[in-house]
Amino acid sequence: MPASAVPDAHIPDAPLLEARDLACRRGDRLVFAGLSFRLGAGGALLLVGPNGAGKSSLLRLLAGLTPPAAGALLWDGAEALADRAAHARRLAFIGHLDALKPALTAAETLAFDAALHVHDDGPTQPPAKRVLAALAAFRLDHLAELPVRLLSAGQKRRLALARLLLRPLPLWLLDEPTIALDAQAIEDLGAVLAAHRARGGMVVASSHVALPFADAERLDLGEAAALAAAGHWAEDPLGADTP
Amino acid sequence: MSAALRACRALIARDVRLALRHGAETLAALLFFILVATLFAFGVGPGPETLARIAAGVVFVTALLSAMLSLDRLFAADFEDGTLEQLLLSGLAAELLALAKIAAHWLIAGLPVVLVAPLMAVMLQLPGPAYPAMIAALLLATPLLSLLGGVGAALTLGARRGGILVPLLVLPLAVPVLIFAVGATEAAAMGLSPRPHLLFLAAMLVAALPLAPVAIAASLRAAAE
Repeated sequence: MPASAVPDAHIPDAPLLEARDLACRRGDRLVFAGLSFRLGAGGALLLVGPNGAGKSSLLRLLAGLTPPAAGALLWDGAEALADRAAHARRLAFIGHLDALKPALTAAETLAFDAALHVHDDGPTQPPAKRVLAALAAFRLDHLAELPVRLLSAGQKRRLALARLLLRPLPLWLLDEPTIALDAQAIEDLGAVLAAHRARGGMVVASSHVALPFADAERLDLGEAAALAAAGHWAEDPLGADTP
Repeated sequence: MSAALRACRALIARDVRLALRHGAETLAALLFFILVATLFAFGVGPGPETLARIAAGVVFVTALLSAMLSLDRLFAADFEDGTLEQLLLSGLAAELLALAKIAAHWLIAGLPVVLVAPLMAVMLQLPGPAYPAMIAALLLATPLLSLLGGVGAALTLGARRGGILVPLLVLPLAVPVLIFAVGATEAAAMGLSPRPHLLFLAAMLVAALPLAPVAIAASLRAAAE
């Protein structure tokens, strides 16, 4: 699916998501500091770095779950986290937990998710159809009526990822999306990600294995973590938001 | 607005469906209520006067304790499997989310107690005129307990031994609920008007209805950080 096949709905060059000098603190520890990046429509950012460098922390921060200790997160030039509910309506977050209930079937899980999300511009397809399409994209359609407790670890991960397709959201935040996936499922994920980016969607993902990403920018959190560890910002991380 | 209501309804429906699929767990709180009330009848002896004297107190104390049983899983299950993050990122205000979870808890744990309590009261020889007041008091007290309990359950998220902390936090707050609920029932049993007691309960419910979800939402956001 070449990116040029679909015209960009957004202004091509302006960054939609911009991080300025972000710092993150977990407990008393400064995880990273001085982190900046820009991401435009159709862009992808791959977070790399050793364990504990703050890849998951950064994704949670971008989702608005954790407030930044310093710095600013801008969406289309405006403060993104000022209205956290509005920010949540722009993004899909797949964390390292699958957020599945063993007693519900795969189809029920996605149907609940589709009904839960408050969406302003109404759905283009009826929910049942969207659920089936999302299941089919990850080859789960034959398991739709099976309770989640009977699924394997990889199938559960695929079901969690199928949430991405329930609604058209511009920003996808994926924490180690390929965990427990087989080669075929990673390929499916690659196709889904490429289609999302061709529509002008953005992806921020952390991964240890090579993701099926064409031309993703890499962001090495090791450097920002080293900066934090060196005590560069340790004197007053909260007061450091104005450079 | 209608989208938010639809989301709340979906969340309540999911929680009720999960409760029905985990039938044994859901029934345990109700069976606990029935068993403890029965134990009182055995412990105090079959004398009708003695039983009638303690009936109202027994019904409401056991209702309170059985509500505590189901509270520690109210948010903990969603917290542990990552569902809480997804709920907080659904775009629904966390306060509405909290209110929907509380409504589901009342349907699962509170309403069955209201329905079974009259049977327990018959066993405990509660005087006839007291039944309407007792049911009215239960209808006001059980949602109030779900709201207060929800605050305790949300505050103890992520804490070790949270299950023991919840009753310690919530039971002292529930004392006024107990006093006015029992007061209403006993007033009616003695031929007095239960109205002042019921109005106090209603006032507490009206105060807790907007305040508890705010406290729960803040606790949930802090827990998910």
